[in-house]
Amino acid sequence: MAETLVDIAGLEKHFAVAGGGWFSRRKLAVRAVDGVDLAIRRGETLGLVGESGCGKSTLGRLILRLVRPSAGAIRFGGVDIATLEGAALRAVRRRAQMIFQDPYGSLNPRMRVADLVTEPLRIAGRPPAAGYRAHAESLLQSVGLDAQHAERYAHEFSGGQRQRIGIARALALEPELVVADEPVSALDVSIRAQVINLMQDLQARHRLTYLFISHDLGVVHHIADRVAVMYLGRIVELAPKRALYATPRHPYTQSLLAAIPAATPALRGRRVALGGDPPSPLAPPPGCRFHTRCPHAIERCRREDPPLQAAGEGHSVACLRADEIGPIAIPLIQPGGRAGR
Amino acid sequence: MALLEVEGLRTVFPSQEGEVSAVEGASFSLSEGEVLGLVGESGSGKSVTAFSLMRLVQAPGRIAAGSVRFEGRDLLSLDEREMRKLRGRRMSMIFQEPLSSLNPVWTVGQQVMEPMLLHGGVTRREARERALAMLARVGIADAARRFNDYPHQLSGGLRQRVMIALALVCEPKLLIADEPTSALDVTIQAQILELLRDLQRELGMAILMITHDLGVVAEIADRVNVMYAGRIVESAPVETLFRAPAHPYSAGLLQSVPDMGEERERLPTIRGIVPRPGEMPPGCAFAPRCPYADAACTVAPPPVHTLTDDHAAACVRPLGAHG
Repeated sequence: MAETLVDIAGLEKHFAVAGGGWFSRRKLAVRAVDGVDLAIRRGETLGLVGESGCGKSTLGRLILRLVRPSAGAIRFGGVDIATLEGAALRAVRRRAQMIFQDPYGSLNPRMRVADLVTEPLRIAGRPPAAGYRAHAESLLQSVGLDAQHAERYAHEFSGGQRQRIGIARALALEPELVVADEPVSALDVSIRAQVINLMQDLQARHRLTYLFISHDLGVVHHIADRVAVMYLGRIVELAPKRALYATPRHPYTQSLLAAIPAATPALRGRRVALGGDPPSPLAPPPGCRFHTRCPHAIERCRREDPPLQAAGEGHSVACLRADEIGPIAIPLIQPGGRAGR
Repeated sequence: MALLEVEGLRTVFPSQEGEVSAVEGASFSLSEGEVLGLVGESGSGKSVTAFSLMRLVQAPGRIAAGSVRFEGRDLLSLDEREMRKLRGRRMSMIFQEPLSSLNPVWTVGQQVMEPMLLHGGVTRREARERALAMLARVGIADAARRFNDYPHQLSGGLRQRVMIALALVCEPKLLIADEPTSALDVTIQAQILELLRDLQRELGMAILMITHDLGVVAEIADRVNVMYAGRIVESAPVETLFRAPAHPYSAGLLQSVPDMGEERERLPTIRGIVPRPGEMPPGCAFAPRCPYADAACTVAPPPVHTLTDDHAAACVRPLGAHG
């Protein structure tokens, strides 16, 4: 088994918000991440899926220590970084970088591309042997851009090209871990495939470990080795990709997969729509957090909070009734396959 | 007779390089009760097409040529007062982001009542009753209480339901839906698509579904128009498009979507990027990215090639046509 690069235990992040009206002093907490145990193995792509507000981006930011956890441990390469500060924290951060969703908002519009992609090296005080300019050009070429692009500004590029710049910047410090937060969600379909392929090439070339955060189960299916499903601050299911998509065990995962629009018109309407909205992370329901929307919920689910438990080879699920419900196969495989030339 | 007939629509915007067309010569029709998907990537002109049909193109953009016939009337020759009588009553539109389309200082109920009160013929009491019924119909639980809520108090899914109630309360014959589920989570998206499908059948309305998401098209459309760089490049029944796309762009688009039915090492891609408006190549706009392009493709925009009665592609050499 591969070495564990990141090991998270009992991780929590609660954000304080003002509650009870404008003039109230009462404080509420958004429990964005609320008790997560998760390991990321060196060299793998771990997909992290969930709907908006489930805490997946906060979890990614916690791993990079862009935010400080409220409780729990984050071991990165064996060192607990949960409470590190100052120089020690900066040293760890160089080993982990982030790719953001919005290639428009995440690049400084007043910097030339050459400076954008080498800024991390300047900040880290690690001037490249070949000089900044030559290094910038080689970084750009490694993400499929031209060396001559180095002189330009971010606004001169299309969304896909900007995302390539963001990737070059993330790779400048040769990190071990890259947290990619919805890296292709803002891109058009035809460009999305180019960027996904690039990320896979770079992973192979640099032995990168990816935490790939996305709401898009199709993209995650393509790129991930293992997948973790998050709901209201918790991991509810974790499994190797094939097992997760073929035999999902948690009712939430089952509903998520069933809700994906059909791949072809032939599969139209073959789905179970999940009712209602997710509850607010300000006041997660007692017991199992999914019980308010779960088609299988019983009285016990309202009281008992299910732990994440082993349910097969590398597969774990947080559901009291997982054994009774059993895996439900979802008809994702299309008959005949897709046409082309 | 078709409910909507669009002929040679051209919508232009001024730019530093002179006028550029966001929509160039779009022609299509929509029958009563039909769901037509209009698919394309950003900048393809799909939303501008929708706004042109509603006569809501923002100045300095303008419709420069073409005709739009709706229920037999030429919309482009109507004055604004007559146009306003159609919007919200005979034809309605819903948008991607309901929060920015709903009025933040009006309650949900007031907003759903508004189209009925504007178009007249009902008392406030009747409007209120119908608004309540409509809110319940679009799946808002406890509609009577939600009636007095403001948009910010609702979740994204509920807001989109309110938008749908507001758009459909006068039972229009045509609904133009511009990416109505793109901002929603996948479980909520499934709910909204199901709701639209049910309402479409119930009210017998036609839907023009504008989306970048081929999955949405597969779920809901009867027919599909694929747009690229301002032009409709392919038009086909939905099954035909997915089974045997004729335009290389449509084929490339379908292939580059990750498919959960099969595992692939690499995703097929469409090389390059969409040309910027004003930098359109002289021939086929897709030629620089097309794996099959040759000299013939760079001369003039390709003519529309009719493959069968209901399948056409704007391509010199459509896939599958010559073996």
